[in-house]
Amino acid sequence: MTIKGKAYIAGIFEHPTRHAPDKSTAQLHAEVAKGAIEDAGLSKDDVDGYFCAGDAPGGAWPMVDYLGLNTKKLRHVDSTETGGCSYIIHLGHAAEAIAAGKCSIALITLAGKPRTGVMPPRAAGAEVDFESAYGATTHNAYGMCAMRHMHDYGTTSEQLAWIKVAASHHAQYNPHAMLKDVVTVEDVLNSPMISDPLHRMDCCVVSDGGGALIVTTPEIAKSLKKPLVKLIGHGEAMKGPRGGKDLDLTYSAGVWSGPRAFEEAGVTPKDIKYASIYDSFTITVLMQLEDLGFCKKGEGGKFVADGNLISGVGKLPFNTDGGGLCSNHPVNRGGMTKIIEAVRQLRGEAHPKVQVKNCDLAIAHGTGGLLGVRHAASTAILERV
Amino acid sequence: MSETKKYPAPATNPETAAFWEAAKQGKFMIKRCTACGEAHYFPRAICPFCYSDKTVWEQASGEGTIYTYSLMRKSPTGPYAIGYVTLKEGPSVQTNFVDCDLTTLKIGQKVKVVFKPTDGAPLPFFTVA
Repeated sequence: MTIKGKAYIAGIFEHPTRHAPDKSTAQLHAEVAKGAIEDAGLSKDDVDGYFCAGDAPGGAWPMVDYLGLNTKKLRHVDSTETGGCSYIIHLGHAAEAIAAGKCSIALITLAGKPRTGVMPPRAAGAEVDFESAYGATTHNAYGMCAMRHMHDYGTTSEQLAWIKVAASHHAQYNPHAMLKDVVTVEDVLNSPMISDPLHRMDCCVVSDGGGALIVTTPEIAKSLKKPLVKLIGHGEAMKGPRGGKDLDLTYSAGVWSGPRAFEEAGVTPKDIKYASIYDSFTITVLMQLEDLGFCKKGEGGKFVADGNLISGVGKLPFNTDGGGLCSNHPVNRGGMTKIIEAVRQLRGEAHPKVQVKNCDLAIAHGTGGLLGVRHAASTAILERV
Repeated sequence: MSETKKYPAPATNPETAAFWEAAKQGKFMIKRCTACGEAHYFPRAICPFCYSDKTVWEQASGEGTIYTYSLMRKSPTGPYAIGYVTLKEGPSVQTNFVDCDLTTLKIGQKVKVVFKPTDGAPLPFFTVA
């Protein structure tokens, strides 16, 4: 059984806010839900599947109640929590549920306010006594990956900087982007060192906000007015040090989720016209491009240099909304916005300055957790019909 | 910096209590599986490689090499270096580097374990050998 072509993304909504001290987290979930349902041309009472992750206050049942979903109709829920890539995993799970007839109109929401206040801590894992004292943060966990990647493959800070440069070229056209200024490699290298070897401009922004998706059957999607975008391949995977034996911070679980998605889709990285790649840090992008097979392992530095990720300039336009590096990173979770910009590209709704011509095949890929410690990854391949 | 930094006491649990009891004696313990022969860290009752429950405690040499590191330039308690050490016995462990020049750390550098006190059992850290 495959989910290939069994589910379409019929509604998308990205919250325009980047700072929402005057709103509640649940309210932001409701605003993005409303936005995606309206984008699809549906009503909230049509929703019969709901998907949320750890950012949803209280989890699925308080959210279903708060959102006022039609509980006589709602027949499938999934609160899979895998950090920033939860929503890419939800997309695959929604397709599975739709293919199995368990629901026909699935709503996926993400929202939160890390810019307004401190986020609640994640529940501790079995490793807590053996790791929590050492102060692993996103910055230093990805710094450790970058340090080892540089050691093993000769990757340079200049090469990493090109990823931020490309994101900034795209962000200048996004009126909602937090950072709209185009930056140079020198700007990145001259920004303060945060956690070696990552500079401030190697890091994504911290923003409030959110996003939502409507995933539905081919038949329902075709009855609506939006351009048709279908999911043709999906993969998910997890990776950790496993007893300290498997520690290798130069690659991510994308080495497994990527091939699973490409195989299901029946396409290869060479076929992809646009790539949404989770960009919590520049090194995140570089490692994932290698892991997904856009270049060989260790050659990511050369691949991203000289504007290769800039729309209209390079071979692989990426994160044309400015991504997490420049536009937003709602709830410190980048998976949702990765899907949304990929759908915009496939619909032809991206900003004209960054819209990829004849964009009929796109990838949205993300990770959750810390690449330097333990994490999940998920890959979605989307096609315009 | 590391001398004055306050570290949280490990909560401990039945599965790992022996590790922390040994730490109080200055011993750095790993677990080894007598079924498959593999060592692992942090310690589990069930071997993560072969699922045997025949895992036994083993005092490690406390010696290893730096696999990777990152120097966090600012924090409420000052700069600190997080990293992984690959132990002589095989497993790689997450740690902080302490009591040494954090600006000259190198991947491959030899390091050794050192314990730092908490309000409970002491915590293992690594310093340049």
